[in-house]
Amino acid sequence: MAEALRLEHVSLSYGARQALDDVSFSVAPGRFCALLGPNGAGKSTLFGLMTRLLVTRSGRIEIAGHDVARAPRKALARIGVVFQQPTLDLDLTVARNMRYFAALHGLSGRAAAIRIDAALDRLAMRERAGEKARALNGGHRRRMEIARALVHEPDLLLLDEPTVGLDAMSRKAITAHVHDLAEDGLSVLWATHLVDEIGPGDDVVVLHRGRVLRQALASDIAGPAGLAEAFLEMTAEGGGA
Amino acid sequence: MNGWLSALRAIVAREALRFLHQRGRFLSALVRPLVWLVVFAAGFRAALGLSIIPPYQTYITYEVYIVPGLCGMIQLFNGMQSSLSLVYDREMGSMRLLMTSPLPRWWLLFCKLTAGVAVSILQVYAFLAIAAGFGIVLPLAGYLWAFPALVLSGLMLGALGLFISSTVRQLENFAGVMNFVIFPMFFLSTALYPLWKMAESSRLLRDICALNPFTHAVELIRFALYQSLNGWALFWVASGFLVFFLLALWGYDPARSRPGRD
Repeated sequence: MAEALRLEHVSLSYGARQALDDVSFSVAPGRFCALLGPNGAGKSTLFGLMTRLLVTRSGRIEIAGHDVARAPRKALARIGVVFQQPTLDLDLTVARNMRYFAALHGLSGRAAAIRIDAALDRLAMRERAGEKARALNGGHRRRMEIARALVHEPDLLLLDEPTVGLDAMSRKAITAHVHDLAEDGLSVLWATHLVDEIGPGDDVVVLHRGRVLRQALASDIAGPAGLAEAFLEMTAEGGGA
Repeated sequence: MNGWLSALRAIVAREALRFLHQRGRFLSALVRPLVWLVVFAAGFRAALGLSIIPPYQTYITYEVYIVPGLCGMIQLFNGMQSSLSLVYDREMGSMRLLMTSPLPRWWLLFCKLTAGVAVSILQVYAFLAIAAGFGIVLPLAGYLWAFPALVLSGLMLGALGLFISSTVRQLENFAGVMNFVIFPMFFLSTALYPLWKMAESSRLLRDICALNPFTHAVELIRFALYQSLNGWALFWVASGFLVFFLLALWGYDPARSRPGRD
């Protein structure tokens, strides 16, 4: 079975600025993988490349076995994305937002309705389907965006700092929901700079200044001092150089 | 192919709904040309003599002359308004949703374009209905003939807006578009005066007007409203659409994008 995500020697630079430098890592099917890095590490740039909002000639990115550069449409069809910035149409209802997204993935009519209901059920959002997105609180908006990213039944769910701006309770709930999705067999890449969103059994890729410092199980990286300490030590001034 | 059409339907429906929600936009889209028609044209009526030129077969009042130009103006403003909303969408992040769809990018941009054209045509027909209420009634079949002309001119002006939106990085820079695109395109065209009238004051201005794609969009609409085809205008508008759309595709090429923040 192909890996859900595979990056090989991916680099990207803009003039003198090296945004990503020889990044290689992979996400196995059904795993929750945290892409852990401080602000400016290159996480969003990496997301841009995986979703083909950006392109690079250096390196190779495969999603569920499809090369993003050679078969972008097949690759994009296999991912669900939750961007850091909200991408909801606040004037539309939850259901209309979902239908719009489904149509962008070529789904309509009954087939779309069944999948939308299933995705909303999965995130416990079905009873909110008739409400306008504007009426939802931050946590529910995020949940809806996650549900929306699941409508086309992707192999890989990409989330770029999805808990930014949420209160502690919503953050915990969203993190738990996505861990549950991974336990159900969905592969997840979760970008964050907050170590408390990562469980000991999760895979972790530490990204700093555009370079991968380490990929291992969270408990292995943590060591006796804990993940937060280990992360701070790795990314301390000069740590990534 | 069904998936492609689903996306087209969804994008057009979303744009139409968005437009209907923005009542202010609908109102200003109608008031703007009506002010030109009722106030400006009434004042110029006495000052400006018009000879009989194709497609007209009799003397016409100035109000009748400027109606096609005002239809074009509605589409020009709408094209730029769509462009503005694309820049807004990009800043707000919702453009990413569209761009990460597995459908081809050219098709997604074409769907956006079609949605803008549909909205602009709604506005044009609403304007023509109000103009008819003011007594400016055109040949009945002309309203039907105008439809394909409006589709093509809308596509060309929308594609221009799409291209501009790909080059404008921030919403604040958009005011420049008004000064450097909308006003010159509108005033240096046959929307308000025929070419021969322009030539009376300056040959250079006349030549600039003849090169302005908006002139040809206006003439395509003008001839269609009188059930005739202006082949030269059709060629210009179709070519303009192709060129602007190709430029927009180049502008939205991911290879030209810059990374965002983490």
